Amino acid sequence: MSNVTGKTHPQLAAIFNQDEPRVDWHDETLWWVRQKRDIQAHKLPEWELLRETASQIKNNVLSNLSTYLEQFEANAINNGVIVHWAADAEEHNKIVHQLLQERGINRMVKSKSMLTEECHLNEYLKEQGIDVIDSDLGERIVQLANEPPSHIVLPCIHKKKEEIGDIFHEHLGSAKGESDPKILTETARQHLREVFLTRRAALTGVNFAIAETGEFVICTNEGNADMGAHLAEIHIASMGIEKIIPERKHLGVFLRLLTRSATGQPITTYSSHFKRPQQGTAIHIIIVDNGRSIQLGREDFRNSLKCIRCGACMNTCPVYRKSGGHSYHTAVAGPIGSILAPNLDMKKYADLPFASTLCGSCSNVCPVKIDIHNQLYKWRQVIVKEGYSPTAKTIAMKAMAFTLSSPGLYRSGGKMGRIVFKYAPFAVNNGLNPWYKHREMPKTPEESFGEWYSKRKEAKQ
Amino acid sequence: MKVALFVPCYVDQFYPKAAIATLELLEKLGVDVHYPKNQTCCGQPMANSGYEHLTKGCNSLFIDNFSGYDYIVCPSGSCTLHIKEHLHSAEKEEQATDIRKRVYELTEFLVDVLNVKDLKARFPYKVGLHQSCHGLRGLKISQMSELVAPAFSKPAQLLDMVQGLELVPLTRQDDCCGFGGTFCVAEEAVSSKMGKDRVDDHIEHGAQYITSADLSCLMHMEGILRRQKSDVKVIHVAEILNHSHE
Ligand code: SF4
Repeated sequence: MSNVTGKTHPQLAAIFNQDEPRVDWHDETLWWVRQKRDIQAHKLPEWELLRETASQIKNNVLSNLSTYLEQFEANAINNGVIVHWAADAEEHNKIVHQLLQERGINRMVKSKSMLTEECHLNEYLKEQGIDVIDSDLGERIVQLANEPPSHIVLPCIHKKKEEIGDIFHEHLGSAKGESDPKILTETARQHLREVFLTRRAALTGVNFAIAETGEFVICTNEGNADMGAHLAEIHIASMGIEKIIPERKHLGVFLRLLTRSATGQPITTYSSHFKRPQQGTAIHIIIVDNGRSIQLGREDFRNSLKCIRCGACMNTCPVYRKSGGHSYHTAVAGPIGSILAPNLDMKKYADLPFASTLCGSCSNVCPVKIDIHNQLYKWRQVIVKEGYSPTAKTIAMKAMAFTLSSPGLYRSGGKMGRIVFKYAPFAVNNGLNPWYKHREMPKTPEESFGEWYSKRKEAKQ
Repeated sequence: MKVALFVPCYVDQFYPKAAIATLELLEKLGVDVHYPKNQTCCGQPMANSGYEHLTKGCNSLFIDNFSGYDYIVCPSGSCTLHIKEHLHSAEKEEQATDIRKRVYELTEFLVDVLNVKDLKARFPYKVGLHQSCHGLRGLKISQMSELVAPAFSKPAQLLDMVQGLELVPLTRQDDCCGFGGTFCVAEEAVSSKMGKDRVDDHIEHGAQYITSADLSCLMHMEGILRRQKSDVKVIHVAEILNHSHE
């Protein structure tokens, strides 16, 4: 994984913005996906009802999480699936390692799972001498590039096809300078076919786990989860505790929303159900908490656990589109990542809730109606109270609050060259002022409205 | 009907013309407008930066200034939204609740309360309408492109009553301009890029003026336009609606 730690979102975003044509390209690509989503959503007159239904199903799940999890576990065990529980990332990774070790397996194929990204499973297994190959095409590309995914649905959306050609040339032996997507895809297909045929262990994520039946559903466009899982002798499925839905009949609601929101397709190419192991093979499910129950306990933020990881909030977010996924320095980037990450480490991710204009577009596209922008606002309050805000900012804010609490100070401040704005963002008119770098300062008028109004009143009397 | 005019601090200090236009427009429409003179700021700059706990003084002052009116009207969606969502007071919560229900952004007041059906304004220019996010997604003064629902726009409905005015279409109907309060300096790189792109959309469609119900967005875009030495100007929607109004 490339090392982006130590820098904050504004710093990383400023680096990303040094190449403006690239920013434009990134922005346009994601906006195109957002538009595809709009077209699909508008085709369904019942879209808003679907969102509301999904939201309410998830509310029910979060209110009865332990009941549904236990029900799921019991049914899964009945189906012959082995269930493990992991309190955190470390425990999850150890369970995976142990399962492989027991069978003497040192090579595994993996299909897309943001949870394993969150747990840094690949790095952990690498340290244990286990080779992991990501089989989702986008994931494979960033893996070869030694980078983390920049988007939860489109992991290598930040890469242009020419760059992918270079990576494939270096690692998979395609011709130098080859950038035809068809040829590159074929190269990857040949490479992955060999992987699918030779790996004895496959790991997948879980999109939906159905309490009623103990089965789970994985959605992919490439069929790579199926290919891995069907050919391996052990299938390990990693799921966060929030992936539960109560009944099978609820699945239709989510499947209709998920891919329309994600990529603007009516449904994923493969929505595969896994219920019981084939003869001679084993299915293991690892149910992972990793901070989720803490978030569940934070009343203002528990709603974030409704997320079905469609990525729509990223595609619509103007900040994400213009700063790139890596600027969020966390596994789940964008608006949803910015409300999940501070739960895991408030200090490390104190910058993320501020990486937003609170425009609210994320909350509007969210298929499960998470009030993302309100949670961003609330995280800001928590982060400041916990003391993770720069001292200079706190001093400025206190001075501003003091001035604005007193009409006298406000007026005299305004008169003296509108110095009240000394404390406001668009402050001093010099080269050091971040406002002034790309924008002119507002012109100062002769008199304020308040002054004009007093004069008018006097004149009238 | 007793109406209080709430002029946000930055409008008072930098854009008095927009506030004057708001006042004149309301008066011409027969409204009895009062301007409580001790008003300062709604507290949003602090609150959005994570310092909502420092807004007690502002809140208390706001309540003292704006209690007892039938309506409070403000030429800014963003400040109106802040009051609507966050005005609270341990000592005067009843009054705060009352104010939260009575505060209106100018265009929603004109459409929903005054039921304005025609205006005598004239503004013979090509105008781009910037849907400020807080007005749009917060106060819902227009339909949002993300939702599946019938289209409407209160500012556009009013602008349509202005003689000679041509509203230009935009490629991205309701993208954010990147102002975002302290975001505009804390995230200077992304913020200014967002502003540039927003302005470009208007320019590409031939707008001579960019208007909005929010001056904070306009201030941001004006900063960018002036840096580019562009001829395109920003103008608050109240100034258009009040233009050549007999
Ligand atoms: S928060 Fe909503 S929009 Fe964003 S990824 Fe999750 S479900 Fe999708």
